[in-house]
Amino acid sequence: MYEHDGEKYFVVDGHMHYWNAAPDNWVPGAEQYAKGWIECFHAYMGLAPADTHWPLEKFQKYSEDDLMHDLFEVGHVDKAIFQPTYLLEWYKEGFNTTERNATMGEKHPGKFLYNTRWDPRDGDEGLETLKRNVARYGSTGCKLYTAEWNAGSRGWKLTDPAAYRYLEACQELGVRNIHVHKGPTIWPLDKDAFDVSDVDHAATDFPALNFIVEHVGLPRIEDFCFMAVQEPNVYAGLAVVIGGLMHARPRFFAKVMGELLFWLGEDKLIFGSDYAIWEPKWQVEGFVDWQMPDTEEYSDYPRLTTQGKKKILGLNAARLYGIEVPAEYQLQAQPTIAA
Amino acid sequence: MASEHDVLAALDGVRDPELDEPITSLGFVASCAVSSDGAAEVRLRLPTYFCAPNFAFLMVADAYDAVAALEGVRSARVVLEDHFAGDAINDGVAARAGFARTFAGEASGELDELRTAFLRKAVLAGTDVVCQPLARGGTGPEALAAMTLGDVPRSPDLDRLRQRRTELGLPAGDRAPLVIDPLTGTGVPAIDLPLHLRKARTTRVSVQANSGICRGMLRHRYPAAEPNSNEEEPG
Repeated sequence: MYEHDGEKYFVVDGHMHYWNAAPDNWVPGAEQYAKGWIECFHAYMGLAPADTHWPLEKFQKYSEDDLMHDLFEVGHVDKAIFQPTYLLEWYKEGFNTTERNATMGEKHPGKFLYNTRWDPRDGDEGLETLKRNVARYGSTGCKLYTAEWNAGSRGWKLTDPAAYRYLEACQELGVRNIHVHKGPTIWPLDKDAFDVSDVDHAATDFPALNFIVEHVGLPRIEDFCFMAVQEPNVYAGLAVVIGGLMHARPRFFAKVMGELLFWLGEDKLIFGSDYAIWEPKWQVEGFVDWQMPDTEEYSDYPRLTTQGKKKILGLNAARLYGIEVPAEYQLQAQPTIAA
Repeated sequence: MASEHDVLAALDGVRDPELDEPITSLGFVASCAVSSDGAAEVRLRLPTYFCAPNFAFLMVADAYDAVAALEGVRSARVVLEDHFAGDAINDGVAARAGFARTFAGEASGELDELRTAFLRKAVLAGTDVVCQPLARGGTGPEALAAMTLGDVPRSPDLDRLRQRRTELGLPAGDRAPLVIDPLTGTGVPAIDLPLHLRKARTTRVSVQANSGICRGMLRHRYPAAEPNSNEEEPG
């Protein structure tokens, strides 16, 4: 929790990781991809305030203590949601798997939610793994990375028939929060890999599921906004927006926030630190302090109130995931439910 | 004989299709050299190892075409550095193989559609650049819908918008409507204009935010990286 100016914020970190990207985990023959991936992530860290940068060596493999300290001791986080990314073609034990996350998280009861993942190219076996993970870890959400390489394939779309089988399974299993992360490759490579129209179709066809588009569809924020405004079950994951722009590009940050508030509104935006790319402390504190600039350029964007910030930092994610929020952190204006 | 300056000037005409900015002002040109017998070599670098291969291919291919067309250049070589698909792209462009053959089995066609889609976005973003000051100055939807390109005072922003429309084969003359549907080229009626301009603005913000992130990543990856020309970073 974060308390500032007499206001109390319940913080859900909706997107964080516990990865091992050190050379001991690189797949022989795929070292250049494993190295390229983590160095690319490290470059994103370069967009944070300088005093929060880590050396590459620590960034490749940080400890459980680092994570617990950065999120819960100083980072104001009340509840964190692991978003696994497997990348098994590049990392021997995976980049950060559901198992790795849970092995660490289960030592700290009550702190974490374990999202799992699936890949439609894994067929029946993948469906079984999904069921097992849901049963074992209680996953109510999953993280999908559409640009993952898998046995010669460079990616997939949510509209692939195989993906619909998995979405149906998610619906049956109660995995209702589908986090979608787009990357630079899909099949076929000549199409725009960041295109979000497949999310549009899937959201229409699976109205009982929530689709949280990570990094707000960046680099296709506009397509994402035009799509999300039409789909009541589409949300914006703010990882990368706050971490990547708030400090490094404050004017663009304000504009992107303005666009998101205009098209989606404050009920649809979900905070995620994207740890360990960025530490949550400076993001939470900076976001609570942030105001839409008062100049003409921003004059027709919606303003963000303290209540809106409370929703974005935690209450929206708590609603999606059924996380219990103590009364003192609830919105004051919200009517209490009669027993 | 062509000089390095000539080569850089030619590269000023090569744009990142997503960011709609010259690869020179983005700092994507790592080096360029011309030997005494007219062999030009250009080395390109991108903000990440995993930048999308289709856009990377377009930049390498466009750079090749721009440099190879220079008078006094006998042979041209363009090398994309530090990229997961760099070898395939460099070889494919050198062999003039096209995208589909370069990524045989992984691509369904060439990149013209992709390029066109992003030119349309550039037209939309450019429409905001030109129209936002007019709208803020009090020109309403009815008046904007009735305006032609010739009604707007000349400016580099207007020239750029006209150029992008021309590239798409859309009307770009003085008598063409100021605000058009970038798909059809027809004027946007007053009733649809507020939403159209709202979308134009979002598109511009999106491109600007991407550009900001790309520049930051490039600087982190290549700490000495500076833009290859004096063009100001757009606000």
